[in-house]
Amino acid sequence: MAEKRPKILKVENLSKNFGGVQALRGVSLNLRAGEILGLIGPNGAGKTTLINIVSGVVREDAGTIFFEEHLLNELSPWQRAALGLARTFQHIQIFAGLTVLENVMCGAHRLRKTGFWETFLRLPRAVAEEDECRRQALSILSELGLADKANLPAENLPYGEQKKVVIARALASRPRAILLDEPAGGLNEKETEELGEIILRLREKGLAILLVEHDLNLVMRICERVVVLNQGEVIAEGPPCEIQNDPRVLEAYLGK
Amino acid sequence: MSSGLKRDRRILAGLATAIGMIPFLINNPYYLTVLNLSALNILTVCGLTLLIGYAGQISLGHAGFWALGAYGSALLSLKTGLNPWLTTALALGFTLAVSAGMGFTVLRLKGNYLVMATLAFNLAVYFFLVEAEELTGGPPGLPGIPPYTLGSLAFVTDLAAYYLIWPVVLITLFLTFNLVHSGEGRALRALASGEIAAACLGINPRRYKVLAFVLSAAYASLAGSLYAHYFSFISPKTFDIFFSVELVAMCLFGGKGSLWGAVLGAGLLTPLPHFLSIFDEYRDLIYGGLLMGVLIFFPDGLSGLMRKLYGRKAP
Repeated sequence: MAEKRPKILKVENLSKNFGGVQALRGVSLNLRAGEILGLIGPNGAGKTTLINIVSGVVREDAGTIFFEEHLLNELSPWQRAALGLARTFQHIQIFAGLTVLENVMCGAHRLRKTGFWETFLRLPRAVAEEDECRRQALSILSELGLADKANLPAENLPYGEQKKVVIARALASRPRAILLDEPAGGLNEKETEELGEIILRLREKGLAILLVEHDLNLVMRICERVVVLNQGEVIAEGPPCEIQNDPRVLEAYLGK
Repeated sequence: MSSGLKRDRRILAGLATAIGMIPFLINNPYYLTVLNLSALNILTVCGLTLLIGYAGQISLGHAGFWALGAYGSALLSLKTGLNPWLTTALALGFTLAVSAGMGFTVLRLKGNYLVMATLAFNLAVYFFLVEAEELTGGPPGLPGIPPYTLGSLAFVTDLAAYYLIWPVVLITLFLTFNLVHSGEGRALRALASGEIAAACLGINPRRYKVLAFVLSAAYASLAGSLYAHYFSFISPKTFDIFFSVELVAMCLFGGKGSLWGAVLGAGLLTPLPHFLSIFDEYRDLIYGGLLMGVLIFFPDGLSGLMRKLYGRKAP
């Protein structure tokens, strides 16, 4: 049944070389609408490189990336985000100097319809849009339990909450797919569990989620399908229960 | 309406009231001249704050855009006899075209190439004004620039100019507050805080950097035109590179994180040398010392200091 859902993100034969280090060798993977795909692998396997290439932050050497019907290869990061492909960063990248609410409102940038003159002159359409944007951002924040922190400077929040703010920020863009780069990194057990619930709720809303994560318990619990990378190559792919017992995966993680 | 915009509009209303009453309390024309110069600097530094504090780029050439506004409007009105209001708009259009051309070419490069480009631009404009004597009048300057008029009223006196320049500056501030408290302003601040993260939210870094640059150039051009038609005389020396540096100093002294920093920085540093003249040769020492002191002890400038004291959040 799962295979009937349309492929929303198609990565084909992606290769990347960083000055002699082959970070990715012909990696292909598909993300389907409404699924949580886990991407795991030992340190240096190429997981973050893959997310960086898909989001346009790093350029590939070879391979193609399709998001829905769009070929992404020649697009800038902002153009890819504008299509509805969101991402978060391993190292948070919160906007310091902006409040929590403003951080989340930034996420709605791609949905804005008013331009420079309408905001400069504060015409009714710009005012209405701004109010709607604030309302949406507040509702996302309260869903994640951060409503009471809305007006605090974002950089003053504890680490775990900042990680939630950047997820809220990505969600404010109403993406159709989201790439999460180690969202559980640095979180404690309780926070990680809460994060798992949040990600599951996102899937229920029809979002496609690519989850890069070191916390294997989390991955095994919430992902329907897992892709394992090792030294830039896909070494296994399948449901979590199969992956767990795959000898190639055990070898990659534990050695022979 | 966001609480930030409400607060800024309240403060702006207070400032406008005070500005409106000052001439009734002070009728020394010299003080009014200094206040008018302060207003023009506030206008320019307001634009620079958008560029430096919001878009995270530095310009060392805004005196050049002043010159475009001043010489552009002055020469047009002198040579063609067109109305100064119209020539001000034409000079503004010319500055928009020049700055957009510069912005689109320079701001596609990563890093602070804008500093070098604007520096070179300022030097080029300066030497052009000095060398093209037949057109610009050269180093001695360009006299006899016609004033703005409204019916039979000519804005010649310091008092009349005061009630022309300050409303223009206050309205521009009002509109700029609209901008910074909107999605456009947030996008600019997001960009200054983290370009990659901003781009990954769909914010086009180049568009917003160019927008801030072009807008800041436009403000400088407007200030230059107002200056030329107010003083009726301009010379190249006013628009040298040191004036550009002074404008950036005002921006940082006041605090680049807030438009109020522009008001504080330009509003305090413009009159300061005039008041320090009682110290004779120590004037520059005190001026420089004060500047350094503020920047060393309060890197976020005066507006940053006030935010700390009153616990306000950045607009």
